[in-house]
Amino acid sequence: MSLDRVARERLVRALARSVIEHADELTSLDQAIGDGDHGLNMKRGFEAVLAALPGLADKLLPEMLKAIGMTLVMKVGGASGPLVGTFFMELGKALPEQPSRADLVAATEKAIDAVKARGRSEAGQKTLLDVLVPVHAVLAGGGDAKAIATEAAQAADRTTPMQAIRGRASFLGERSIGHMDPGSRSVSLLIGAAVETLEFEVNT
Amino acid sequence: MSSLRPGNVGIVIVSHSPKIAEGAADMVRQMVGDAVPLAWTGGDVDGGLGTNVAGILAAIETAWSPAGVAILVDLGGAETNSEMAVEMLPEDRRARVLVCNAPVVEGAVIAATESSGGSSLAAVKRSAEEFYA
Repeated sequence: MSLDRVARERLVRALARSVIEHADELTSLDQAIGDGDHGLNMKRGFEAVLAALPGLADKLLPEMLKAIGMTLVMKVGGASGPLVGTFFMELGKALPEQPSRADLVAATEKAIDAVKARGRSEAGQKTLLDVLVPVHAVLAGGGDAKAIATEAAQAADRTTPMQAIRGRASFLGERSIGHMDPGSRSVSLLIGAAVETLEFEVNT
Repeated sequence: MSSLRPGNVGIVIVSHSPKIAEGAADMVRQMVGDAVPLAWTGGDVDGGLGTNVAGILAAIETAWSPAGVAILVDLGGAETNSEMAVEMLPEDRRARVLVCNAPVVEGAVIAATESSGGSSLAAVKRSAEEFYA
């Protein structure tokens, strides 16, 4: 996979748009079981990412991902900033400039491990890991773009009946059951946008 | 927001609410005066409720002591952002900054009291965490 400058800019814009356009939905999910700032926080972070264009897309893929991660760490706030930011930063550290699918599988695994360490969490606790981990399994298993996007959306849905063990929602105990995890929804939106853009690149 | 007294462990207070962070710092000052380096930070980058890494890094710098810095946090994001900030410090400082698993107000007061007696960073952290023990 080789992303030229135009493709990198398209990817960044798609990622940012996916979150910014759903900011109100993310906030209302977070109002149900968190502190209600998730949509606003993620929007602020990705607006800062957009503001770093076009220079951001001049960077090669690994450097660009690291820069996105650092921007999210500094701007998002909440626990999501360090968690999502760490994912991008570690992905940037682990990926070569022109990654193969195997590179992508290996790099996302490292990035997911870093998110687990940052949040001291595992899948099953109603966090973004409940999307990242199953999506990684589909990626590693050879799933195509559609399978990856579908798994991302379904994995976010599967957080609805879960009881939160980590994050602010865990304060609610059983009352966290019945609401989708906002962080999982954000990550599923990002994955959906990434897959759609990358598939476009592969097919053209 | 701070005073410099090198030698004693510095205390950083991180709350989602700037008012809570500042109020906790006021309580610390009342207990220990200027005997410990102290700084507080709270709020997201737009001034709303939340925490931010840049603010935490600045607070660590303000409260820096060769003996180290103990960070007291309120809720999840404050802890995650503080740990992120610690990792972003220069390598020689990283091991000398610890995030305490303690209630922010009580922990800050106890930690500062322990620090004012010249205790080590480990002892300061332990005292603060006895609240949860």
